[in-house]
Amino acid sequence: MNILTDLTIHEAHKLLKERKISSVELTDAFLENIDHLESKIHAFISVTPEIARSAAIKADKKYQENSASTLTGIPMQIKDVISSKGIKTTCGSNMLKDYIPTYDATVLSRLLDEGAILLGKGNMDEFAMGSSTENSFFYPTANPWNLNRVPGGSSGGGAAAVASGESIFALGSDTGGSVRQPAALCGITGLKPTYGLVSRFGLIAFASSLDQIGPMTRDVEDCAIILNAIYGKDINDSTSLNVTPADYTQSLDENIKGLRIGLPKEYFAEGIQTEVRESVLKAAELFKQAGAIVEECSLPLTKYSLAVYYVLAPSEASANLARYDGVRYGVTPTNPKNAWESIESTRGMGFGKEVKRRIMLGTYALSSGYYDAYYVKALKVRSLIREEFTNVFKKYDALLTPTSPTVAFPIGLKTHDPVAMYMNDACTLAASIAGIPALSIPCGFHDGLPIGMQIITTYLQESTALKLGYTYQKMTDWHIQRPQL
Amino acid sequence: MELEPIIGLEVHTQLLTKSKMFCLCDANYQIAEPNSKVCPVCMALPGSLPVINRQAIEFVIMTGLALNCSINEFTQFDRKNYAYPDLVKGYQISQYDFPVAYEGFLEIETDDQPHRIGITRAHLEEDVAKMQHNNDSTNGHTLIDLNRCGIPLMEIVSEPEISSPEQAREYLIKLQNIVRYLEVSTGDMEEGSFRCDANISLRPKGSKTLGTKVEIKNMNSFRSIHKALTFEIKRQTIAINNNEVIIQETRGWDEEKEITFSQRSKEFAHDYRYFPEPDLKPIKISKEHIENLKSSLPEMPQERRDRLIKNYNLSEYNAKLITSNKATADYFEACLTSHSSKSSQQIEIAKSIANWINTELAKLLNQTNTPIENIKISPKSLINLLNLIEKGTINSTQGKQVLEKMFDTGKSSEQIVEEENFSQISDLDSIRSIVKDIIVQHPDPVQDYANGKENAIGFLVGQVMKTSKGKADPKISKSLLIEEILSGTK
Repeated sequence: MNILTDLTIHEAHKLLKERKISSVELTDAFLENIDHLESKIHAFISVTPEIARSAAIKADKKYQENSASTLTGIPMQIKDVISSKGIKTTCGSNMLKDYIPTYDATVLSRLLDEGAILLGKGNMDEFAMGSSTENSFFYPTANPWNLNRVPGGSSGGGAAAVASGESIFALGSDTGGSVRQPAALCGITGLKPTYGLVSRFGLIAFASSLDQIGPMTRDVEDCAIILNAIYGKDINDSTSLNVTPADYTQSLDENIKGLRIGLPKEYFAEGIQTEVRESVLKAAELFKQAGAIVEECSLPLTKYSLAVYYVLAPSEASANLARYDGVRYGVTPTNPKNAWESIESTRGMGFGKEVKRRIMLGTYALSSGYYDAYYVKALKVRSLIREEFTNVFKKYDALLTPTSPTVAFPIGLKTHDPVAMYMNDACTLAASIAGIPALSIPCGFHDGLPIGMQIITTYLQESTALKLGYTYQKMTDWHIQRPQL
Repeated sequence: MELEPIIGLEVHTQLLTKSKMFCLCDANYQIAEPNSKVCPVCMALPGSLPVINRQAIEFVIMTGLALNCSINEFTQFDRKNYAYPDLVKGYQISQYDFPVAYEGFLEIETDDQPHRIGITRAHLEEDVAKMQHNNDSTNGHTLIDLNRCGIPLMEIVSEPEISSPEQAREYLIKLQNIVRYLEVSTGDMEEGSFRCDANISLRPKGSKTLGTKVEIKNMNSFRSIHKALTFEIKRQTIAINNNEVIIQETRGWDEEKEITFSQRSKEFAHDYRYFPEPDLKPIKISKEHIENLKSSLPEMPQERRDRLIKNYNLSEYNAKLITSNKATADYFEACLTSHSSKSSQQIEIAKSIANWINTELAKLLNQTNTPIENIKISPKSLINLLNLIEKGTINSTQGKQVLEKMFDTGKSSEQIVEEENFSQISDLDSIRSIVKDIIVQHPDPVQDYANGKENAIGFLVGQVMKTSKGKADPKISKSLLIEEILSGTK
């Protein structure tokens, strides 16, 4: 175990700035750790050592020239759903196993412009559909805390890499919990920002109205640093928001006195593991001690989130995944008889089971005769869920809930039971549906496995969630625990 | 049983925007190398996102206003899902329940009868790739050119209120003229910038219910639309009279055989699974924006016709012909500008220009199927020709011949007159000697004229012109003939 690989971004940046370490040293430490651990963890789909080293040399130059920013020379892993120019971007799918994009996603070019170092691309459930990273075409990722357990998903590669010391931070994508749930299961910090705060240009679409890119880091301070680098209007994404410039690290103080925190009772009900429930309630106690007002509240419509999500997300996915016809990219059969046969076998070979299942679900929900009963109905309930949040946020500054109903489960346990798998997102779906920010941070352990809690705030109030998370991490040391590997 | 056809038309017209509908690629793709005007967005690379072209929205608003439509202050895009290799995303970004423009009308005239044809809607969508099918040059494969992907397409849907192939043609000609006046589209059918599908059904005359409709596709000219509809009316009439059931289907038009043929029946119709495009926010169009576009609309055909009549005293007939095509009207006005006449002469010269454009020039353009935009005769050149006639250097018969040569070669009238020795004979002695010969050769008409049959002089002038190979000044010829005949009878 190399001590360099235990650093946070803010710690590493300080050492780089003081020239106590170089970016090349830091990068090499991570590349060594990747070499050492990947056969066990499988957090990466591809590793890019040459690109990383040459970027590290440039980063060191920037430090010498005093033109470095906080992210200069900081190694990162990017989920393989994010387009990277000249670097294979597979989306965890056989369909795109050889696809090399011609352009960088906006988030990636923003990070590269800051001088961050790309170590490689993160493993994930195919097309971000899944909660365990077992749907990766390549291999499942192991949870660094227990290699027989799942890391969560779909951004399981990112969570495992950050937890195991294979990367300082990662970018994940979150459609229904894909950043937060693996962050919880691997004991790291993960944020799903307000829908539209971060550009989706270059993020391979799963469900366009829900997808958001988010940071996966070792603590809340790092999370704010990454958010600073990636948020903001992008002319290439019409749904990105034009927000007033902010420095999210400015919200990092322990002044939470008088902040009103709601504990929605539906998130502590049946189906939530006892130890998970207790850890989150203990955290609530700590917030109370720090001066926050903590009360039970209710979000009765939350129970419809799963149904709404599994109508809307597959519907959008059924259209988003229609472009994979094997003509411009993607696997193609040898000697097809005609165009239709070619397209059909491309899709037959290219997509895995879960992806096919969701395409079929979505196609059905949008079909003539069913559209009003499913899609339109789901949109209506979505508005109601949004409204419910708006109302509850009139009374509370933040909501505190578990991130995942349970700690990490054994690999293979739920692969044959899609509905049991879908239930893993029960706590994270509502914030996705409402488009509001939610932060997951570690708040305990059970059976040697991390527990995560979720801080949900209203539209564009990332700073409140970060402030609460920061305060909590000042009071606890869950986030500095590292697995023994 | 007397049947009446009910026709509705759907027109797809490419918009003349600088860039494509949802990306910054050059929309001027026609002459580009295949697959050269593309980017991640229009190639549908994974992760790319569309961004709306503001100009395209404005073009549809303008067209909507010109077609007397209401403009939706809330408009949005939807995904139309279907699979075809030319549709790269597997869905087309189109508009479903909130089109940019809706509920307008277009007034047409057939057999001197006015008809008001309702416009259901005008909306925006994106064009698809161009496929080149299996032939020798493609080595048996089908090739795809993505340059056309994402070119903005405006779809204009009419109400089923067109009742004959003639009306359909008039509607299309008028619509084409409007998009050209607005400069929102080239309106060219051959290039595929202006495409038309027709829905047609028959019903007993006077009935209020609609019959089973048939959609006809692949008609590439006004002529083929007219023919296809005429054929289809006949086919359906025979079928109905034989008590056959009309099948709801899509039929193609076979240009060579001049028949429609079944392509796809209703059972195989697509379920497009429309839903709102989540990658694009709905658009709010403000009243001010609409008003601004309304006040900046260019002059439309009717307004221009009225202005030409008012300013130049053109006849209704001439003005209508001149303005029936924007390019013709532009040409006409360019001629007027080239003419350095005093305003007192302008009415005279305008009439002359209009006559030349509507008769001689129109004849040449029609014969050669040349659009006036491609004419080799510049407005200045035409004016020079008219000046030569005015000055008497050549007569108008010669003028027509010179015009034809100008049309073919692009040379100036002066050059042609000089090279081909076209100048008019106007010296009295030369003409008088021809006149004397003609009088000797044709004693009967001479006698007729002398006896008061004035028409006979026309024949004799004709003979002088013929003998002089058209070069004699007809006015002088006529007066000399009269003079000689009258002096001979004394």
